[in-house]
Amino acid sequence: MDAIFLQVLNGLDKGGAYALIALGLTLVFGTLGVVNFAHGALFMLGAFCAVTLNNVFNISYERISETEKDFLGNPLKEQVPILQDWVGPDVAAFLIDWSVPLSIILAVIAMAIIGVAMERGLIKHFYKRPHADQILVTFGLAIVLQEIIRHYFGANPIPQPAPDAFSGAANVGALVGLGSNVIYPWWRLVYFLFSAMVIFGVFAFLRFTTFGMVVRAGMQDRETVGLLGINIERRFTIVFGLAAVVAGMAGAMYTPILPPDYHMGMNFLVLSFVVVVVGGMGSLEGAVLAGFLLGILQSFASMTEVKAILPGIDQIIIYLVAVIVLLTLPRGLMGRRGIAED
Amino acid sequence: MLRTLSRSDWLLMAIFTAIVVTLPWTMQPIGAAYPDLLQKFAIYGIFAIGFNILFGLTGYLSFGHAAFLGVGSYAAVWSFKLLTMNVLPALAFSVLIAGVFAFLIGYVSLRRSGIYFSILTLAFAQMSYNLAYSVLTPITNGETGLQTRAIRQSAEISLRDGDIRIIDQALGIQEFGVPITNLFGMKMSGYPGFYFCAVMLIVCFFVALCISRSNFGMMLKAIKSNQNRLNYTGIHTRPYLIAAFVISGMYAGLAGSLLAITDPIAGAERMQWTASGEVVLMTILGGVGTLVGPVLGAGLIKYAEQKVSSWNEGILNSAFSFLPDGAQAFFVELFSFFVGEGWHLTLGFMFMVIVIFLPGGLMEGFRRIGRAFNRARRSEGGRTTVAANTPAQERG
Amino acid sequence: MKFHNPNRRAILKYGAATGAASLATPYFFSRGAFAQSNNYRNAPTGSTVTLGFNVPQTGAYADEGADELRAYELAVEHINAGGGGMLDTFSSSALRDAGGGINGKRVEFVTGDTQTKSDAARASAKRMIENDGAIMITGGSSSGVAIAVQSLCQEAGVIFMSGLTHSNDTTGKDRRANGFRHFFNTEMSGAALGPILQKNYGDNRKVYHLTADYTWGWSQQGSMEKYTQPYGWETVANVMTPVGAGDFSQYITPVLSSDADTLILNHYGGDMVNSLTQAVQFGLRDKQVNGRDFTIIVPLYSRLMAQGAGDAVKGIYGSTNWHWSLQDEASQAFVRSFGEKYGFPPSQAAHTCYCQAILYADAAQRAGTFQPSVLGAALEDFEFDGLGNGPVLYRAGDHQCFKDVLVVKGKENPTSKFDLLEVVEVTPRAQVEYPADMLGGELGPYNDGV
Repeated sequence: MDAIFLQVLNGLDKGGAYALIALGLTLVFGTLGVVNFAHGALFMLGAFCAVTLNNVFNISYERISETEKDFLGNPLKEQVPILQDWVGPDVAAFLIDWSVPLSIILAVIAMAIIGVAMERGLIKHFYKRPHADQILVTFGLAIVLQEIIRHYFGANPIPQPAPDAFSGAANVGALVGLGSNVIYPWWRLVYFLFSAMVIFGVFAFLRFTTFGMVVRAGMQDRETVGLLGINIERRFTIVFGLAAVVAGMAGAMYTPILPPDYHMGMNFLVLSFVVVVVGGMGSLEGAVLAGFLLGILQSFASMTEVKAILPGIDQIIIYLVAVIVLLTLPRGLMGRRGIAED
Repeated sequence: MLRTLSRSDWLLMAIFTAIVVTLPWTMQPIGAAYPDLLQKFAIYGIFAIGFNILFGLTGYLSFGHAAFLGVGSYAAVWSFKLLTMNVLPALAFSVLIAGVFAFLIGYVSLRRSGIYFSILTLAFAQMSYNLAYSVLTPITNGETGLQTRAIRQSAEISLRDGDIRIIDQALGIQEFGVPITNLFGMKMSGYPGFYFCAVMLIVCFFVALCISRSNFGMMLKAIKSNQNRLNYTGIHTRPYLIAAFVISGMYAGLAGSLLAITDPIAGAERMQWTASGEVVLMTILGGVGTLVGPVLGAGLIKYAEQKVSSWNEGILNSAFSFLPDGAQAFFVELFSFFVGEGWHLTLGFMFMVIVIFLPGGLMEGFRRIGRAFNRARRSEGGRTTVAANTPAQERG
Repeated sequence: MKFHNPNRRAILKYGAATGAASLATPYFFSRGAFAQSNNYRNAPTGSTVTLGFNVPQTGAYADEGADELRAYELAVEHINAGGGGMLDTFSSSALRDAGGGINGKRVEFVTGDTQTKSDAARASAKRMIENDGAIMITGGSSSGVAIAVQSLCQEAGVIFMSGLTHSNDTTGKDRRANGFRHFFNTEMSGAALGPILQKNYGDNRKVYHLTADYTWGWSQQGSMEKYTQPYGWETVANVMTPVGAGDFSQYITPVLSSDADTLILNHYGGDMVNSLTQAVQFGLRDKQVNGRDFTIIVPLYSRLMAQGAGDAVKGIYGSTNWHWSLQDEASQAFVRSFGEKYGFPPSQAAHTCYCQAILYADAAQRAGTFQPSVLGAALEDFEFDGLGNGPVLYRAGDHQCFKDVLVVKGKENPTSKFDLLEVVEVTPRAQVEYPADMLGGELGPYNDGV
């Protein structure tokens, strides 16, 4: 029972992450008709927003230590954060401790700029081009972005601890009346809440604003919306920016769970496409549903009891589900006819 | 079938053959004239040609073609381990197994189209890769990769670690250490291996040319341009699609088998999605739907992977040694972003630049150059005609 | 011919090259007589000799590869100078006496990118052998790649000095005569860790293994089980995890609900960084089971991984081949020369690669030739000291180095971002030795490549 409850938590947590990444991908595909292979790279850039902010907070000047020695036996040059002199040691320590949640602000600003620049500079020229061209150009862009990050941050993962307040594990068992073994990291609970909030935010934005209405209409029938005299181009730019921001925030918040490195986006790329397609191309609800479904199934497939019956099932479960769903439901869980079938 | 080929097709064949056969000479100035890279050009050329039969003609984008490459390699190495070091059985065996595998996957995946088809093929390939890497280790030898070994001393040693080679043993062929692959005694590494691959490439190119000019090829192109219309006219397109998928899977199997023939090892990572993605990139880079394009794309990517990645600072320094010191340092610094460990950056920029400026890939570029050249010649030719005509008019 | 910015010398050079290219027959037609004059592959003819450094320059191990390359460049510098770094402390004086270079030839090198993929690594090794005339290949950061390149070098007839490879198979069932390994293996890790774990954590523990699902993971798991069993450590479960899983939460929560009090993470690289970070997040390091402190163990450590896992490594035991904080004269000399050139201390990958380059050069100098069979014989049963690991034996039976193994622990109060591990104990060589035929495999004959 405890084990199953924990796996459900794991599944929800994973599902939240998958859904967040898939959301932007399917949004861009549904409205702009662009297959964006650089979406994983946007997730990675978001994660590096957190790294950057942490680094900025830690920008230091050197002070020669009188007692300590460095690895070569010379006097150790102590690093003192400049922040400490500006705002005092307490506030500085607080900022450094909370750099990951704070980095959401940076991620939103930076990713909005990057997203809009990407759409204006590159993606908009590819609306009418075949999917193959879109794949090649966005894949090329993803590689370039990755290499730029590697140039500045190296290839090794960079640890980004969660704030102290969230660093331990919560005794969830006591809350729901299960054993004391049922503990779950605070940060993962935060991440789940965060992803739920972002998902609801995006849905509410698309459901209850005029802008959202136009975008949804555009997803249904782009040409007609264009004929109505609505400036669809400007809205496309905003949609792409929104997708980039969602991916970036997801990446920034994920860093305490997965120390970021420059190719983490590629690892999520295939997975996010599977999620989007299982959900049905161009369906936001489908992407969220598929994200949680795959997350939970993956968690359960990894249980020792399941693996004892089907060895290696946890390695292929995602793909197996994709195959079964696509063969029984031609357009994924909630896809519509006519999208991405030509 | 041969009758459908026009004179220009035969000319293309002749030029292609001439270029492939002379690669060991023509590639020397760019430092690519060594057996391994030439073999890789030919092998990945075959892979890309086969991929293009599916993608270029029917428009169905498979994202799991590397699975057939991997299966072909495993089949070939098992043939070396169980039957003989002669490459012909391995070749036949690989193509056959890859064909069967492609039929199974194609039969299922081709029930869907568009991106749903792509994801189905991707899912099958990733499952193959993940299982080959872990659970199927008894067949694939997992991470280390399946290799040929010396004849095993006792039946207790697993077949992974000791070979039996029934045919070679029956023929009484003596072996010293781990034997190398051969074609009736001619070793298949180095330049002989390249020429073997080159012959295969030329044959494969010819077959692809025939397919593209045949009625079957026309049907595939019709599927690409409008499948619905075909269905309305009562044509059942699925058998054609499955046939194209299987043929292209067999090409991949052949390429996989050649990889094992020139270098008898088969690893799971040949089936990873990055490998499937690579052949997609090769084809788009060269030009989708063209015959020569995919081969060019394959060559370019392999060249970047092998040569550009090897240009370290030392080589850059000597390459720019003719410049004054300051300029030399600047250029070395600048180029070191793009070569050596930065070769991925070059690849990424190359993808972007080519697709932005040449929507049809490299072949589009050649066509444009050709057109510009023709136009220049035509206008020049026009002038001479006028000049030639003038005296007649005067006479008139 | 089109060359931009023509310059007279360049035109002469390139012109000559292309002219020769179009006239000359390829290598294989002309090879015969030329190659016969030397009795081994790629025998150096001029005043230089070329070594091939095959390291991961892209992918997850790129930083480790970059560190290996730095070590190689440093080694080449020292060999060509006939001294410096650990070459000064090395017990064999052949290279120092020669006063620079090997056998009177200056050392040059070519580099290649393994991408941590067997195919790419073999292709790049082949390029260095076929095109660049490399006389030996060295480097790498994973066992799959090392084994693949080792067998290639055996076929091609050049020496392979492996870099970072920890699987038993490299010098076990996949051993080859042309291949040599300085790094230790899972067997030695287990043998070194067993007694120290018992000393610190007591007898009769219940162990939960998370194991990367491939050859190295299995071999590491087997060794840990084998060497902790004598102390009554019992395996509760051994769960295979897919390589590159990223999020390990679904494998960690079952540990919580089992009655295990010890978790052994048989992971390396990115997997280890992620699984350790997450296990600590799940509160496993602070947990109590049956009145005992819960324990996490990482059998194979590297400083770069420790850096990636950050605070999560504190207090966690593991083993390593070498660590820069060692106080012996040789290690200090190496750290000083490396640190002065690059500004930070070397990793264990850098150390093993530096040693391999020096050992190869020294063997070639002592043998007086680069011929694999003769040079290999000079390495076999070679006893040496002064390369940072105490007295070492290059065993003839399996071409494996035997030396002391370091048991390390994540430092509680690191003073810098490099100071993450502290050496707990140096397990003496005698304790980690095993018979040469224990792991199976056969070296076979040397191949000189002709």
